[in-house]
Amino acid sequence: MLTATGKTKRLVLLSGKGGTGKTSLSAAFAHLACKPQYGTSVVLVDADVDAANLSLALKTEPSSPREFWGGALAEIQPGQCTGCAACVAVCRYDAVLQDVEHSPAFWIDPVACDGCAACRYACPQGAIRMVPQLEGHWFQSATPFGALFHAELFPGKENSGKLVTLVKQQARLWAEEAHIPLAIIDGPPGIGCTVISACAGADLGLILTEPGLAGLHDLKRVLGVLHHFRIPAAVCINKADLYPQGSRDIREYAAEQSLAVFGEIPFDEHIPQAMLLGLPITSAFPKSPSARAIRQIWEKSLQELYSLKEMLS
Amino acid sequence: MQIAVASGKGGVGKTTIAASLALSLAGEHAVCFLDCDVEAPNGHLYLNPVFDRQTPAVIKIPQIQAERCSSCGKCVEVCQFHALAKVGRSILVFAQLCHGCGSCTWNCPEGAISEIPNPIGSLEAGQTKEGIHFAQGVLTISEPMPTPVIRQLKRWSQASEDAVTILDAPPGASCSVVETLRGSDYALLVTEPTPFGLHDLKQALGIAREMDIPAGVVINRDGVRDSRMDWFLSQNKLPIMMRIPFSKTLAAGIAAGKPLIEIWPEYQPRFRNMFRQIAESIAKGKPC
Repeated sequence: MLTATGKTKRLVLLSGKGGTGKTSLSAAFAHLACKPQYGTSVVLVDADVDAANLSLALKTEPSSPREFWGGALAEIQPGQCTGCAACVAVCRYDAVLQDVEHSPAFWIDPVACDGCAACRYACPQGAIRMVPQLEGHWFQSATPFGALFHAELFPGKENSGKLVTLVKQQARLWAEEAHIPLAIIDGPPGIGCTVISACAGADLGLILTEPGLAGLHDLKRVLGVLHHFRIPAAVCINKADLYPQGSRDIREYAAEQSLAVFGEIPFDEHIPQAMLLGLPITSAFPKSPSARAIRQIWEKSLQELYSLKEMLS
Repeated sequence: MQIAVASGKGGVGKTTIAASLALSLAGEHAVCFLDCDVEAPNGHLYLNPVFDRQTPAVIKIPQIQAERCSSCGKCVEVCQFHALAKVGRSILVFAQLCHGCGSCTWNCPEGAISEIPNPIGSLEAGQTKEGIHFAQGVLTISEPMPTPVIRQLKRWSQASEDAVTILDAPPGASCSVVETLRGSDYALLVTEPTPFGLHDLKQALGIAREMDIPAGVVINRDGVRDSRMDWFLSQNKLPIMMRIPFSKTLAAGIAAGKPLIEIWPEYQPRFRNMFRQIAESIAKGKPC
């Protein structure tokens, strides 16, 4: 039985390559955590804010959106621009545009603008102002397995790493107040700012990969990120039997790196079916081969997070 | 002509589609392949280029000349990204937060700031045996910003105007996807008929619409028809350019690094046909 003995532990699921099954695995972990034999409670975080799907994998109750204000973008006041082009000279993002046929005045392409404000300082007329941008929403929603903190970045916006940090912070405050011992963070693909934000402060980074050249290539890259930030890492393999040679290659690489392999999930048609039902695989089809494998991976993750030494102390 | 292959959701087959499209066209057109998924670039695994050029992707970061700095703090004030901080009388630079915009350099009243290149990744280019001009960006591990690498890759690769350039976009729907799609004539959106695929397709489509780029959809791992997907596509008048059924043989072949059209050669004419449709819809969209 797990109880909160202080800090909430953070388990982050990553993959490097997209579409390996992080969200389905996160949903299953959320369900398993609440089973009586594990008797823990969790807070859930969807850190893939520009393609957020964890709420779809759980019977999530709708909740009211809260605003996420990211950076500010430059805007030229039409009446004040004399067309001197000082802004064009300083912009490194090709964001200052001119429609010479209609007016000498410039305007700023909000899609290209990086929000650096160089133009605002360069404009001799003081015609440019920085306008704060509503870049998305975040939510605290109820699921059958605990609170879910998630967000929707508006399409094409910046500051996704900042939004990940925001939802993680909100989840942490909630978990501390409610004495919740474990946070499960469904991470984004890749290795950039959102991944760095998602794995900051994690106690364990579980990499879900799939057999094949691309899966292994990207596993190496995301493992590099976890090593860089000194986060303990482990790996598990999804659809392991689709390309057995690939799974052997992953195991071989893991052995070289002294990286624990927590398990292999077989290819299983039950997983997309569970997704269509909006249920975790372990609750929709508990006896399916993938559910069995996931329970084993879950138990190994718990053992890693709450080492025997710690439980005795 | 620039065709960007994007998706929203990761792992739906962007690289599979982009690589097979490039290979299908290689005999007929000058083809350029840009792997813009700089966080997890996988195009090279399927196209096997021989790299012969490489250059670092850099961000110009400020370097403060202490003997000139008066500690006025103007640079800290103008930086929108908190990449500079004043501690006591000295100015600290946080390279990983710097966007390289140059604002601090220009605004320093003492002229005490110069810019030095900070490498955050590399750009690599070469040819494939089919004659495809291949270029990729690779973000260095632990560096947070993929977007400048993509921007530099697009400038550096210098595809000729009459070539067909295929851009393999990163997953998601944030600024890195915008940077990939900038200047593209067409967005080919790959999805799968699942609730996750549909949700993320909407995000990616949102970008294409905002940027006024015509779009079409490839449905990968097609199986049981998902009525919600079909309904969404018809509501938004999104053409279905190709459907690829789910197959374990195909999945295993792709995992082993084989391009789709090598596993299923009958798809080569379908890719060529899809390209003709894309070219027609680009031509229609542009007033001449």
